[in-house]
Amino acid sequence: MAAGKNQSSYKQRPPKILLAKPGIDGHDRGVLVLARAFRDAGMEVLYAGLLPTPEEVIDTAVNEDVDVIAMSLLNGAHLTVFKRVADLMKERGIDDIALVGGGTIPEEDKPALEAMGITGNYGPGTPLSIIIEHVQRRSAEARKKKMEQD
Amino acid sequence: MEDGKGFWHSKLNEVQKRMPSSENEDIERWRKQTLEPWEKSTNCEPVEHVNSSSIEIKELYTESDLPHGQKELLGYPGEYPFTRGVYPNMYRGKPWTMRMFSGFGTPEDTNARLKYLISHGETGLSIAFDMPTLYAYDCDNKRSDGEIGKCGVNVSSLKDMEVIFDGIDLSKVTTSMTINAPAAVLTAMYFAIAKKQGLSLASIGGTVQADILKEYIAQKEWIYPPEAHIRIIRDMMVYCTENVPKWNYISISGYHIREAGSSAVQELAFTLADGFYYVEMGKAAGLDVDKFAPRLSFFFNSSINFFEEIAKMRAARRIWATALKEKYGARSKRAMMLRFHTQTSGYTLTWQQPHINIIRTAFEGLAAVLGGTQSLHTNSYDEAMALPSEEAVKVALRTQQIIAEETGVTDTVDPLAGSYYVEWLTNKIEEEAYRYFDKIESMGGILEAVKNGYIQREIASTSYRRQKRIEEGREVMVGANKYVEAEEKPISILRIPREAQEIQIKRLRDVKATRDRDRVEGALGRLRKAMENPDENVMPYLIEAVEAYATLEEISNVGREVYGGWKEPIII
Repeated sequence: MAAGKNQSSYKQRPPKILLAKPGIDGHDRGVLVLARAFRDAGMEVLYAGLLPTPEEVIDTAVNEDVDVIAMSLLNGAHLTVFKRVADLMKERGIDDIALVGGGTIPEEDKPALEAMGITGNYGPGTPLSIIIEHVQRRSAEARKKKMEQD
Repeated sequence: MEDGKGFWHSKLNEVQKRMPSSENEDIERWRKQTLEPWEKSTNCEPVEHVNSSSIEIKELYTESDLPHGQKELLGYPGEYPFTRGVYPNMYRGKPWTMRMFSGFGTPEDTNARLKYLISHGETGLSIAFDMPTLYAYDCDNKRSDGEIGKCGVNVSSLKDMEVIFDGIDLSKVTTSMTINAPAAVLTAMYFAIAKKQGLSLASIGGTVQADILKEYIAQKEWIYPPEAHIRIIRDMMVYCTENVPKWNYISISGYHIREAGSSAVQELAFTLADGFYYVEMGKAAGLDVDKFAPRLSFFFNSSINFFEEIAKMRAARRIWATALKEKYGARSKRAMMLRFHTQTSGYTLTWQQPHINIIRTAFEGLAAVLGGTQSLHTNSYDEAMALPSEEAVKVALRTQQIIAEETGVTDTVDPLAGSYYVEWLTNKIEEEAYRYFDKIESMGGILEAVKNGYIQREIASTSYRRQKRIEEGREVMVGANKYVEAEEKPISILRIPREAQEIQIKRLRDVKATRDRDRVEGALGRLRKAMENPDENVMPYLIEAVEAYATLEEISNVGREVYGGWKEPIII
């Protein structure tokens, strides 16, 4: 843990979420809606902008000390690109940031994503309340890990 | 211009003045004597009636809702201001072009799908490209891994285009290509194919989207800063006006603006504002407006609020004709005519209970036809999940054929004209669009309004407002937030196998191994000089480069080095 931080500041601060589209994909309607919805639900929200690489997403997540990386892809590349983010996290030994996913993800792909530790994987038409609740829960889990590591 | 303000400010005043401000006594009497007692006796609860543009809809429209000059606002089909349609006999003469947006996997897959659609009665081709192609990355770039052929067909070099159009005679079809940032490169490839088929460029027809402003607004697929793309599109405009007279070099698109979350009014206003920018660009390049404006075409969304969509399309024609005539000095009818393609709305389709999407698409397609579209793509019922399966795309095409050949809506021109509601709504939407033009003008024009993020934030706000309304059940999406089924039966969807990527990478490797390296280097060097010199036209150099089998990414990297990249303004 970086200098100047302590457990009480972790407890006090709201869930910190990095929204990211880590592939080549300009469909940002959903991610922009979620940014506002998460903010309205009291979370601190960062958005990685368009076309960041998986490496850039993880660098930002670590530098900003976020609790959750919420990834969105509507280009069908989730099995490759989400996986690359998960693999890089493992390589770098990061286990106190939760990964959640969403987009046009067929039902049959969800078990594979879950096995990589990427949860949620919500498709179009999912109520915002369900996504918010899931992200809050995953954020709390990541926060607990962060505190255990202190 | 009054108050020292611009054209749009005075037009807004003019339009506002003509909207009637009060209802006549008859209506007030009817409301008191008949409506209110009825509502009381039937315990009618007040319900909000509002469309996507936040326009409140009254229970009844009458002639008192229309201005005195309504007859002149309408005119006749094929005549200024074209409210009733651009052609005198509309679909009695010729039905709209049924153009299904297609492209997936490898060029071979796409070639087979195009031939399948032609054999089932499709009358125009429309190519969808995958994400790496849209952003000008070759299939062997690390960033393209997992994305090849997923959102459309992959094109890395001219060789891929040769396969897509194999066995398709370009003198017999027109082709629309949905490509923007690298539009000039794909256009150069299409011209190269035509030349290989022995056709003169003057004889081929088609459309390339090349609407870069809406990329910064909505679809977010750019490579360079706006000014660099605009310069390349200007070159394409000048080149085609001289050499490829039947090529529509910009399809000014509201579709993506709407899908990104805008209202109907925002779609209309931002799209037309983009269009005005391109007209000014052509004039600044020294082209005659009567010569180039006829080659600008439009692309609108047809969403689920039936009459709002129809009114939007009718208003679009009138605004465009008025602006071309009064602001830009066009004299030919053809230059004032707004011709457009329509696609039904993908956003309105649900992941849940996918088969009911067929019904939504039928209503949206019908609205496009009643709105006077020149061509139509109807979405497939699996749109929310994947690119369409063969079965789904056939149902979507059949939907159009039913509208055209069974329903009778094509029997007469503009059948809704004179409907108090439709005419009032058309006028109202027109007024709201003028309000945006005035605002955009006061911000220094559309390019400034896009670069500072104003347009994008307007859309994001509308999108979030709508999402919250859905969340609260104030807006219904059947199957998603009402009439929800506990169990969803899976349907079979199109999946792009991993082999598509391998096939593409192998083909690209073969191209690179067999092409003349010196020819490629020479062509790219000359292209760089042309890109560095704003007085040179880049089109001939792009054609030379693609014919030498320089790849899409190699060509675009020249631009990346000359112009740099672009980061969008903060939107959230």
